[in-house]
Amino acid sequence: MTADVLSLTINGQRREVVDALPGESLLFVLRERLDLAGSKNACEEGECGSCTVRVDDELVCSCLVLAAAADGCSVTTVEGLADASEGSRLADVQQAFLDAGAVQCGFCTPGLLMAVDALLEDEDDPDDLMVREAVSGNLCRCTGYGRILEAINLAAASRRAAGEQGVTP
Amino acid sequence: MTIATSIDDACAAMKAKPDALVLAGGTDLMVEVNRGIRPINDVVAVGRIPEMRGWSREGARGEVLRIGAGTTCADLTEPTIASLVPALAQAARTVGSPQIRNSATLGGNLATASPAGDTLPVLAALEAEIELRSVEGIRRLPLDEFVVGVKDNALVPGELIVAVRVPVLDGPQEFLKVGTRNAMVIAVASLALVVDRFGKTVRVALGSVAPIPVRAIEAEVLVAERLDFDGEVPPDSDLVDQFAGLVADAARPIDDHRGTAAYRRHAVMVIAGRALRRAFPGSSKVVE
Ligand SMILES: Cc1cc2nc3c(=O)[nH]c(=O)nc-3n(C[C@H](O)[C@H](O)[C@H](O)COP(=O)(O)OP(=O)(O)OC[C@H]3O[C@@H](n4cnc5c(N)ncnc54)[C@H](O)[C@@H]3O)c2cc1C
Repeated sequence: MTADVLSLTINGQRREVVDALPGESLLFVLRERLDLAGSKNACEEGECGSCTVRVDDELVCSCLVLAAAADGCSVTTVEGLADASEGSRLADVQQAFLDAGAVQCGFCTPGLLMAVDALLEDEDDPDDLMVREAVSGNLCRCTGYGRILEAINLAAASRRAAGEQGVTP
Repeated sequence: MTIATSIDDACAAMKAKPDALVLAGGTDLMVEVNRGIRPINDVVAVGRIPEMRGWSREGARGEVLRIGAGTTCADLTEPTIASLVPALAQAARTVGSPQIRNSATLGGNLATASPAGDTLPVLAALEAEIELRSVEGIRRLPLDEFVVGVKDNALVPGELIVAVRVPVLDGPQEFLKVGTRNAMVIAVASLALVVDRFGKTVRVALGSVAPIPVRAIEAEVLVAERLDFDGEVPPDSDLVDQFAGLVADAARPIDDHRGTAAYRRHAVMVIAGRALRRAFPGSSKVVE
């Protein structure tokens, strides 16, 4: 029953999975086989966005990615946002979510961080519509989104400021 | 598990493993796999076939656009598609969320053949041709022969959708979709309207109001006779109302958890009128 060895580059590190069964999603493999529990499992049908990751740079729901089909791909999860080489320095989006108080239960936060990080890569000064569109695939049941939208503006501002100073976020 | 990198690869694998599931973006298939209602033993993944992504112009004057079946909804919103086939870009833009659009493919939307598939009314209005490939060769089917029922298509085992051909028309196009919110919504009713200024025709197709996309032929005939295709004079409200009524008559909606048949018929009437007005706003020089 076991599938072949699955090889993934996760947050820059090569990882091999030998025990995945056919049909396992990338989300399942991340959480249950690689101990990366940052990506959350809720709906398993792409509606909630809490499992959002990047696969070869594309923002996707990891619950809808068949792990075996991602063999050889490069995956970035929420664990890969903060810069490990700089101690525990949080990424700009993470810091902004903290500063704006945009985290309540925290379940949706990892997916939102991934979506916002992707948005800010494309748009350094997104308007309100772009922001709402960018997080339209991420559900939050606690905050009512107000603080989240604030956090996104804060993150955008801090990334612009860092850009002006020539610092990579 | 086969991760195909060419169409030939994929077709050979499908021939060798007739029970294998074809996997593109996974946004329909994986939902079923996760729910445990789709047993998955073998898979032919077609998401990494470069020749199935992107588009090219065909014909002496580039009058046909051939779009690879592996093109994602996100790619379909790009400026080239938005200018050559605006209604298709508009429809792709309404699919799911950014995450879903990055994965979901045109071929997957077609193969799933859901009554609510957002690209289907657009492809019906454009009279798209679907190109299929297998080890036996190529088949080309018009959309109305490809989508044959609720979630039912004309694919035979071993056959892959490789591309879709649509005409590049001179004239405005509209796609409208009714649902409970803007993002992440399955259409309660949808409508595509395309205008061919050169051929002086208007084509209208509806989604989510019948088992398969339906054309509103009587409405098309009515407006073709009475519209000012140069767009100087907008259709008067009488014509808009008659048109909208005829479009609504073409719908064959049902009651379900997303809406009643009566609501759907009404919604179709509203979006039909709106689409016609948007397509023919009239020139500002004309005083009514
Ligand atoms: C949260 C969410 C929101 C959604 N919102 C919308 C929406 O707003 N509008 C909408 O229309 N749809 C929506 N969908 C449905 C889905 O995203 C689309 O139908 C999508 O286009 C499917 O494409 P895919 O590449 O992901 O297909 P897959 O899931 O990979 O495949 C779907 C089916 O098509 C077959 N298939 C795929 N490619 C081919 C091919 N080239 N040749 C032959 N068979 C093939 C597969 O075998 C499978 O049976 C949504 C789905 C989710 C999960």
